[in-house]
Amino acid sequence: MTLPVRVERRLDAPKWLKVVVPVASLVLAAIIAGILLLATGHNPLSTYHQMYSAAITADGALSATLVYATPLLFTGLCAAFAFRMRTWNIGGEGQLYMGAVGASATGLVLGDWPRPLLIIAMVLGGASAGMLWAAIPALLRAYLRTNEILTSLMLNYVAGFFMYYLIYDSDSYWRDLSTPSALVFPTGKTLGPHANWPGVAIGSFTLPMGFILGTGLAVGLLLLIRSTRYGFEMRLMGDSPQAARYSGIRTKRKILSVMAISGAIAGVAGSSQIGDFGHVLDPRGLQQAQYGYTGIVVAALALYNPLAVVLVSLFIGGLTNAGFALEGPSFPTGLVGTMEGIILFTVLGGEILARYRVSWRRDPVVAAAAPATGVAS
Amino acid sequence: MNSNIVLAVVVSAISFGTPLVLAGLGELLAERSGVLNLGVEGMMLMGAVCAFCASQKLHWSSALVLPLAVLASLVAGAAMALIHAFLTITIRVNQIVSGLALTIFAGIIGLSSYLGQVWNIGGVAGLHQFNQVNLFGLKNLPILGPLIFNQDAFVYASWVLVVLVLYYLYRTRLGLHLRAVGENPAAADAMGINVTAYRYAHTVIGGALAGLGGAYFTLALAPIWTDGLTAGDGWIAIALVIFAFWRPDLLVLGAYLFGIFSALGPTLQTHHITALPSEFYSALPFLMTVIALAAASTSWANRRIGTPASLGTPYSREEG
Repeated sequence: MTLPVRVERRLDAPKWLKVVVPVASLVLAAIIAGILLLATGHNPLSTYHQMYSAAITADGALSATLVYATPLLFTGLCAAFAFRMRTWNIGGEGQLYMGAVGASATGLVLGDWPRPLLIIAMVLGGASAGMLWAAIPALLRAYLRTNEILTSLMLNYVAGFFMYYLIYDSDSYWRDLSTPSALVFPTGKTLGPHANWPGVAIGSFTLPMGFILGTGLAVGLLLLIRSTRYGFEMRLMGDSPQAARYSGIRTKRKILSVMAISGAIAGVAGSSQIGDFGHVLDPRGLQQAQYGYTGIVVAALALYNPLAVVLVSLFIGGLTNAGFALEGPSFPTGLVGTMEGIILFTVLGGEILARYRVSWRRDPVVAAAAPATGVAS
Repeated sequence: MNSNIVLAVVVSAISFGTPLVLAGLGELLAERSGVLNLGVEGMMLMGAVCAFCASQKLHWSSALVLPLAVLASLVAGAAMALIHAFLTITIRVNQIVSGLALTIFAGIIGLSSYLGQVWNIGGVAGLHQFNQVNLFGLKNLPILGPLIFNQDAFVYASWVLVVLVLYYLYRTRLGLHLRAVGENPAAADAMGINVTAYRYAHTVIGGALAGLGGAYFTLALAPIWTDGLTAGDGWIAIALVIFAFWRPDLLVLGAYLFGIFSALGPTLQTHHITALPSEFYSALPFLMTVIALAAASTSWANRRIGTPASLGTPYSREEG
């Protein structure tokens, strides 16, 4: 059973490895996905070329890529920030839903406010809804030490059903009840013109306001983690919870505040979905997009570095854009998730290999130490 | 609520609980060896899609096709788990991140959906199915008949598996070694137990059982393939292991309890009882999981009964 290799920690990691390993990981992922495509009767090169064109070079492709990158930037930051402290907030998906619910309510109630104020209110509305939803797993984690991975994940499903209830199964404030057809085909109320977030047109493509906001947020988070006492305590708790406790850090408060910030960020992803793009609460669209879960991919590939999240969100946003744009009988639906998974495997594995050295197992210790119990069956 | 409905809920709770029993047992074995695998949902979906493909593409009699379809699900689940095992045991990638990666790779927008489309098996009714067996001809007994003597082969197999796992864990030398590996790999290693082999074997077997749990959907519960048809059961199975305190006997009870939560909505709907919105019933298993997890971490339960001490941490001789 035991593989004939051993993995030992490198004492000195050469600089070139830091560049070569991620690039090699991506190339390896492309090769593995290519083999899968070949095996299932697709031409990998033409598929990759189609995707490249749909994500970058085609008419309007870059704008569309930014549409997908914007929510991923927020959900990526949500996961990266919490994961940095090894607080596993998997609830970005549900926090995004609740953020969208909160932001659309704010946008509808305050619809006649001046535009700048209304936009700020929508950001805050989404952020607080996401924060409150994240508070449930956070409180359970801080005071009962309940596993936050599972509770935050379960609440994604609950938030999804709640959103469906609001639009499809009730006469809620969010639902459009004004026309006969809206009574038969349930949709949400469309927000007023003041609630549309302005984008910045640069040449042929539009930069959504959410993306600019998210980039600013990434810089802020980087500074928070790198250069403040708060960030130092976070990193300490992530790397050694015991040392953190002994040094007098209030760990419960830290968990609560980190989860709250993380949830608020995912909530703003929901605000941006309403303000930048949808202008209406659309449960089905939000659920199909799976931005919260894909945000985990973004965070892991960025190695939890907020600035890297900005770049990776563009990359994964392009991939997601290509997936939706090419959707059809000739393009396999699950290819995007499959590729994301393969990239994660190779990048995570590669990142470890950069820190460790792999060599063939030379020493006979294992064989000699195994007694006659014959367990290695 | 009259007694007919109660019985109907409990009977269908056994159906809804069976994939949880199978996947939960698998996760329990992996976690007992110290490997947390969060990829259960993905492994179940791979088992479901591969089993369904086999049952659609093989044109023999059901007696031949169904066992092969089951085999396909076991292999698919095991193959997925092998990726996780290699990454976490050999390369020592963080188990949480690797498990999440596996769920994304194999899950609703990943490989299971990809294969479902490539094999063109989506949305069509299955050709072969495990039907209820009239065990010992006793299915018409009051109450016990529908509960115990009128289930499908999967349900009976899951009961046998529970007994086998109980016996294995607590009555065999291998089971003792497994528990030692999960509790203290360094000590187990010093005793001459091959920690790596134990972890690989149980992670892979755990994956096979998760695949089997997925196959229950497409071969027995409702023979049809749609993307993401396990709808969160993989995650509930992982939670079950925690509040069953890593014990197979409690796991079965928990699985059927959650079967009840899942069965409540559909059963009440067929009896035209619609006091609460259907979304409430759909959310119920997830809400109850949060509550059960919280209860399992209160101070009385939190004597940390059962948590394998090395769960989630890689083992290497040099670094202890």
